[in-house]
Amino acid sequence: MSKAQLFITCLGDQFYTATLRNMTLLLERLGVELTFPAEQTCCGQPLFNNGFEEKTRPVAMNFMRAFSTSDAPIIAPSGSCVSMVKHHYPSLFNAGTPEHVLAVEIASRTFEFTEYLVNVLKITDVGAVYPHKVTYHASCHYLREMGLKTEAKTLLNAVKDLELVSLNEEETCCGFGGAFTVTYPEVSRSMMENKVNNIISSGADTVITCEPGCLMNVAGGLYKAGSKIRAMHIIDLLSSKEEPA
Amino acid sequence: MNRATQPYIGFEEYSEHVPQSIPLAVQQATSRFVSGRAARVAELPQWEELRQIGSDIRQHTMENMDVYLTRLEAALQSAGGHVHWAEKAEDARRIVLQIAKEHNVKTAVKSKSMATEEIELNHALEAAGIQAIETDLGEYIIQLAGTGPSHIIVPAVHLKKEEIAALFSEKLDIHAPADPIELARIAREVLREKFLHAEMGISGGNFLIAETGTLVMVTNEGNGRMCTTMPDLHVAVVGIDKVVPDWESLTVFLKLLARSATGQKLSTYTQFITGPRRAEGEFGPEEFHLVLLDNGRSKILKDPVGRDVLKCIRCGACANVCPVYKNVGGFAYGSFISGPIGAILSPQMLGTQTARELPYASTLCGACADVCPVKIPIPTILRHLRRRVAQGDEFSALTVPVPIRVAAMFASIALAWNWIYRLGARLLPVINPFFRRNGWLSGMPYPLSRWTKVRPLPPFTARFRRWWNVRSAKWKDST
Repeated sequence: MSKAQLFITCLGDQFYTATLRNMTLLLERLGVELTFPAEQTCCGQPLFNNGFEEKTRPVAMNFMRAFSTSDAPIIAPSGSCVSMVKHHYPSLFNAGTPEHVLAVEIASRTFEFTEYLVNVLKITDVGAVYPHKVTYHASCHYLREMGLKTEAKTLLNAVKDLELVSLNEEETCCGFGGAFTVTYPEVSRSMMENKVNNIISSGADTVITCEPGCLMNVAGGLYKAGSKIRAMHIIDLLSSKEEPA
Repeated sequence: MNRATQPYIGFEEYSEHVPQSIPLAVQQATSRFVSGRAARVAELPQWEELRQIGSDIRQHTMENMDVYLTRLEAALQSAGGHVHWAEKAEDARRIVLQIAKEHNVKTAVKSKSMATEEIELNHALEAAGIQAIETDLGEYIIQLAGTGPSHIIVPAVHLKKEEIAALFSEKLDIHAPADPIELARIAREVLREKFLHAEMGISGGNFLIAETGTLVMVTNEGNGRMCTTMPDLHVAVVGIDKVVPDWESLTVFLKLLARSATGQKLSTYTQFITGPRRAEGEFGPEEFHLVLLDNGRSKILKDPVGRDVLKCIRCGACANVCPVYKNVGGFAYGSFISGPIGAILSPQMLGTQTARELPYASTLCGACADVCPVKIPIPTILRHLRRRVAQGDEFSALTVPVPIRVAAMFASIALAWNWIYRLGARLLPVINPFFRRNGWLSGMPYPLSRWTKVRPLPPFTARFRRWWNVRSAKWKDST
C-alpha cells in the first residue's frame, strides 16, 4: 500500500474544504494511506515571489519540519505550491548546510496531485462519471514550471461521458499571479476578463483547472460576468459520480 | 535619458487609466506575430538546439566582451571607420552632435534604432538646431505624435489606422484616408525628399561582427538602406551588447531574429556595412562613425544573474506573448523599452528607485521565457530584481515601501509560527456574514478590497482540519 502526506496549501485550507475532502477520499479509495501533518501552513511562495527571500526561510523551515516526520511522498492540489517546494526551496539554503540537504530531499518527494496519479501511481481512470461539456485552463506554474502538459487531460479523457472541448488561449495566464492581483488589480481584471470570455465562447458548461489560485480568480470572474459555467478543481470533477439526467 | 532626470515609473498608476483603444490595437498586431512565429518555428526541427547555441554564443561573448570589442574596434579602424566610446547617454549625444557640427549638418535622416531612443537623441539634435527625421514608418508616425515607441519592433503598434490617418491629416495638413497602403505612400513621398537633402544618416545596428568590424542591420522597409547610403556621412549608435564574435555566429542570430520577431524566415533587407566606401563607384558614405554605447551595460555585466538581459536580440517575442503587456501596452513601462524585457532591463539601467514597480509587472507566468530566442530566464531575473527591491543587494539598497515591508514581516512570522496561522484560519470565517452575498464575499475592506473590486472572493471555510480530526478520532474509536 502506498503512503502519502497531504499538503493542503494555504488557499486550499482557507477556501476549498470540499476539494480537500475529495482529495482525501479519492486517494484513499485508490489505496493510498494518508497522513496530514497539522503543523503545515503555507509554502512561502507569496513572500518568495515578491522578493522577500530572507523572510521565506523560516516559513520553509516550518514546512520542512512538518513534513520530515515521515519520508512518504508529499501530495498537493496545486502545481504552483509544489513548484515552490520542488524548484525553489533548494535555492533558499547554502549548499552543504543541513537545511539544504533537507530541502533537496523534501523536493525530491513532493508531487502535484495529477502528477502523482498519472506518473507515480500510473492511474489514469479513477472511475469518475461527468456527463458534461468540459474545457480546461492550463495553469502557468503547473504547465511551465512543473512541465505538466498532458496529465490533466489524460485524466479528463478517461472520465465517463465527459466531452472535452478546446479553450482558445488555453495556456494564457488568467491574471491571478498571487500578490499581482492586489498589486495591479486593473491589469489582473483585463487578463481575467479575457480568460472568462474565452471560457464562455468555448461552449463548455464546466471549466477545469488544477490550481486553487486560478480557480478563485476564474470562478469569481464567471460569477461576476453572470455566467452559469461551473469552475471546478480537477479533484472535484474526478470525484464526481454524476449520472446522465 | 539619465539617472537624475528620469522620472519615477508609475506602472500601477498608468495601468489604472489605459486608453481602451491600446489593448485592442496591440492584441491585433501581436497575435499576428505570435502565429507567424509559431509557423516558422514549426518548420525548423532544430529550433530548440538553435536557441541553445544562440544563448551559448551570447554567454561566451558577455564573458569576453572586452576582447571582442577591442577586436571590433581594430577591424573597423583598419576598414577606414571611426570608433567612439560613449560611457553614458550624454556622452553619446555629445559625440553625435560634435560629428554633426563638424560636417555642418542641417538635416539628418534616421533609421529605426532602439539605442538612439535610449539616449533620446532626437531631442538633443533638435535643441542643437538639427532637424532629425525618422524614416521607419512606425518611427515616423510616433515622431509626428511626439511619443516614444510602445513596442520594440513595431513602435506605433498602439495606434489604429484611423488614428494614424487623423495624425497625418493634422500634422501634414492633408486629407489622409484610413488606408495603410495610402498612408505608407504619403509617408514615402514626404520622406523621399528628406533622403535627398539630408547631410547625415543615423542608424542603430542589430549586430556588430568583431572579426571584420561589420555593422549588421536587419530591416524591412528599405529606409535603412537609404539612410546609410544616400548621405555622405553615416553615424551608427550601437550598444556594446550587440557585438558577436564572427560571421559564423551571426548566422545563428539571423536565423533566430526574424522568425522570432515578425514570423519571417529572413527580413526583407539584411545589410552588412564595413566602414565607409573605399573606391569610386562603391555604394556608401564617405565617412562612417560607430558610437559604442555603454550606458550602464558594463555595470549590468557584473551581476551574474541580471546580466542575461544583455543577451537580448530585440525581437519583441516576449512582449507579443505577454498577457500583461497585451493589456497595458508599451507606455506603461515608462521607458524606451517595454514588455517583459523592459521590465528586467529598465530596473537595471535606471535603478530600482525609479523602476521599482517594473519587476512586479508580471504574473511570473513564464510565457516570455518559452519564446525567447536566446533563452533569457526572464522570470528568474524578475524574481532576482524583486529581491533587490524588497531586501536590497550589493547593487542597490532596498526600495520597497515601508507598509509592504511590515506586512511581509508579519506574514513571515504568522506562517512560520504555525499556531498563529492555525488560530487565524479558525478566526477568519467570522467575517464571512458581514460581506456575504449569494455565496460570495464582496465589498471587503483594504487590502482585500483590491481583490473584491475586480471579482468576489469565496467565503473563508477552513473546515478541512476539523473534518480530518473528527474522522481520525472516529476511526481510532472504531478500531
